[in-house]
Amino acid sequence: MPKRSDTLSHSTHHSSPVTHHRRRIGAFVCHCGHNIAGVVDVKRVAEELSRYPGVVYATDYEYMCSDPGQDLIKRAIREHRLNGVVVAACSPAMHEATFRRAAEEAGLNPYLVECANIREHCSWVHDPGEEATRKAIRIAKTMVEKVKGNMPLEPVEVTHVDKCLVVGGGIAGIQAALDVAEAGFEVILVEKSPTIGGHMAQLSETFPTLDCSQCILTPKMVEVERHPKIRLLVNSAVEEITGYIGNYRVRIRRKPSYVDPDLCNLCGECEKVCPVRVPNEFDRGLSERGAIYIPFPQAVPSTYTLDEETCLGIKPLICGKCSEACEPGAIDFDMQEEIIEEDVGAIILATGYDLYETRALPEYSPDDPDVIDPLQFERLLSATGPTRGEIRRPSDGKVPKTVVFIQCAGSRDPELHKPYCSAICCMYTAKHALLYKHAVPDGRAIVFYIDIRAPGKGYEEFIHRVMEEDRVLYIRGKAAKVFREGEKLVVRGVDTLSGQRVEVEADLVVLAMAVVPSACVEELARTLRLSCLDENGFLKEAHPKLRPLETLAGGIFIAGAAQGPKDIPGAVTQGSGAAAKAISLLSAPCLTHSPEVAEVDEELCSGCRVCAPLCPYGAITVEEVAQVNELLCEGCGTCVAACPSGALTLRNLGDEQLGAMVEAALAELGPARAAVGVKDG
Amino acid sequence: MGSGNGSEPRIVAFLCRWCSYAGADLAGTSRIKYPPNVVPIRVPCSGRVDPQWVLDAFEKGADGVLIGGCHPGDCHYVSGNYKARRRVALLKKLLTQLGIEPERLRLEWISATEGQRFARVVSDFVRELKELGPARVMSDR
Ligand SMILES: Cc1cc2nc3c(=O)[nH]c(=O)nc-3n(C[C@H](O)[C@H](O)[C@H](O)COP(=O)(O)OP(=O)(O)OC[C@H]3O[C@@H](n4cnc5c(N)ncnc54)[C@H](O)[C@@H]3O)c2cc1C
Ligand code: SF4
Ligand code: FES
Repeated sequence: MPKRSDTLSHSTHHSSPVTHHRRRIGAFVCHCGHNIAGVVDVKRVAEELSRYPGVVYATDYEYMCSDPGQDLIKRAIREHRLNGVVVAACSPAMHEATFRRAAEEAGLNPYLVECANIREHCSWVHDPGEEATRKAIRIAKTMVEKVKGNMPLEPVEVTHVDKCLVVGGGIAGIQAALDVAEAGFEVILVEKSPTIGGHMAQLSETFPTLDCSQCILTPKMVEVERHPKIRLLVNSAVEEITGYIGNYRVRIRRKPSYVDPDLCNLCGECEKVCPVRVPNEFDRGLSERGAIYIPFPQAVPSTYTLDEETCLGIKPLICGKCSEACEPGAIDFDMQEEIIEEDVGAIILATGYDLYETRALPEYSPDDPDVIDPLQFERLLSATGPTRGEIRRPSDGKVPKTVVFIQCAGSRDPELHKPYCSAICCMYTAKHALLYKHAVPDGRAIVFYIDIRAPGKGYEEFIHRVMEEDRVLYIRGKAAKVFREGEKLVVRGVDTLSGQRVEVEADLVVLAMAVVPSACVEELARTLRLSCLDENGFLKEAHPKLRPLETLAGGIFIAGAAQGPKDIPGAVTQGSGAAAKAISLLSAPCLTHSPEVAEVDEELCSGCRVCAPLCPYGAITVEEVAQVNELLCEGCGTCVAACPSGALTLRNLGDEQLGAMVEAALAELGPARAAVGVKDG
Repeated sequence: MGSGNGSEPRIVAFLCRWCSYAGADLAGTSRIKYPPNVVPIRVPCSGRVDPQWVLDAFEKGADGVLIGGCHPGDCHYVSGNYKARRRVALLKKLLTQLGIEPERLRLEWISATEGQRFARVVSDFVRELKELGPARVMSDR
């Protein structure tokens, strides 16, 4: 049971009519400068409220959320002995917490304070005048009725698990895992592929400084592997997340790798004898690998992995050549899939991005071997890549003499493709052109672009260096078509600066494909039961400006390109930021849970069991009568609406209370009083 | 009571706090205009909406009731919106029996990013209710 600290007498059950009569409510109408007062006659709203039953004090003020505004509320609570407050102002999403805190400072239980949303739901969407004012009055009266029925409540205190789950082992997830572990908390890092590192491991050199990507990444990967507080699970997927802030239970499915990482000495004999050859994902199909392979030499965990799907057959064993070749005997065909359950207090989602498929742009001849995506070009530039860093085109291995880069391929195209800017393509395309010119000094690099976006530190300078020092030709305009003519590819487009049609011959075309959310993030979002994806499928933040690392589910944070396209510094910053959020949660002595949950009136409950199976959180158990676990209950109220005996109620949103609110919402209003002077037009 | 004199239709909207209420907030932040006929009431989830509330609203003079929830699969509480959908289907039958046009009850999925959609749903609903004329008050039957 929550502790309740009101001097009012009340039953432990439903909000009783006795409570209603005793409420002394203060109503505070905010002008929000011109935002509300320019549309709604705030004086009249206050005046109407002052005559409304239950309201003993009503006033208006320019900015209720300002310090003087809050002081005004506090003073009125003390002077008028208020035991209920309605602030008619902006959405409760904005300042409910502010006003509740202020009231608490004046000695009023915060659950007796409610916001009436007369800005987002009224003044911002209606024309100035009588109608808007009447609607504001109705909204405010509805909330007065709610406060009349509210009970003073105390937050429920919850203990929490001291562990953090990080999903996704790209640079964002790596940084988050390291920071949380360094603060002394245990971390479980789940990565779906056989190695951590994410896309950064595939990159050659990184803009704008041109550090070698793997050289700066691999030390962090090794740190993850060695950290005593981090448990790394690769080849793994989070299947289910249940629970609530501080107390999540996760179910992870780990696929077998069929190789014991402690025994594998990376000799590579297994891959040499493996008869299978399939496209290597790490080189994005530009090289081949065996069914047993290591994604790249510095993979972490550093071990070969047997890919069940391409192996000739494990059960029953059909080939087994690798096992014969493995001197240390690291290959174990009996390895089983494992289900791992863990309890964690906080979760960081860092599932990164994918590239939009080139196949979506048929006008650019995506099936031509010499039309490639930008990560393939990164692999061609990499010393560890399929060509050992020499730029050779896929079709015939020749060094391309003209390379055309097409920016915004699939981005910024609301009609057909992705409406947003992928944010990193201007920068990596400039990098690509520069690295190409350094490798092939007599080659030509041509970039088609719509405009250049380079807002990062040192980014603009980098672009200029590429344009001027490296003599890369930038053509402003979108390429319309790429097609093959014998040996050459032809790129056709329009130079929008001169208005001329342009046609250039190329040996290799690189499409700067749009950045899209990682494929499995949707499924993950489903398990989280959260409207946590934005319209483009990226993880959505609780507030785009003020809570960019949180989701709407308490204790679940987001980092990296999973939240939207971003560069490495951005991903690292978010990784550290999300870690800081998780650390502050995990180090809190105790967490609090909302007390606005379901409650059973044992006298009314007939034990019919309709409610229990409806609860998505399994919060209800029924023996003689139903019981609600208030830590598990999230307060959705589905059970309440279904209870045939009216035994269940939702604290501070009971049926009786709601009835009064509906009545207030529909009640007739008197004509405007001439004395107050209604603003119109 | 009710809008018996041919005046503007009166609508009560039960909006789930995670999606539809936030969608209505976004309509506000984006300053998308819609008619002022609707009084929103924030509820935790569309699954909290008791059929009795809807009947109550009609009895108290509403010309229309809007229930706003998250899109299928997106309910913050997993499945409250599916329960709402089932209840609304039954309610519509019941309303018909009570002599109230079932179109006066609307269940709409409106996400937190769909401010535009919220405004459109309200505008369309108001237009349709105007065509229908004022609701017969239930207690008048
Ligand atoms: C061609 C190209 C060149 C670039 N060059 C640069 C550059 O020079 N400089 C720069 O700053 N940035 C560059 N970037 C951007 C850089 O790649 C990203 O900023 C960075 O990789 C983002 O890191 P991340 O951890 O957020 O995501 P990712 O690198 O995508 O990592 C996500 C990880 O999560 C894993 N994962 C996904 N879903 C799941 C799941 N459900 N369960 C478990 N694991 C999962 C993935 O396997 C992956 O390991 C470039 C990008 C491209 C496309
Ligand atoms: S309100 Fe009822 S159904 Fe919803 S979480 Fe609580 S106990 Fe479960
Ligand atoms: S929370 Fe929106 S419908 Fe359930």
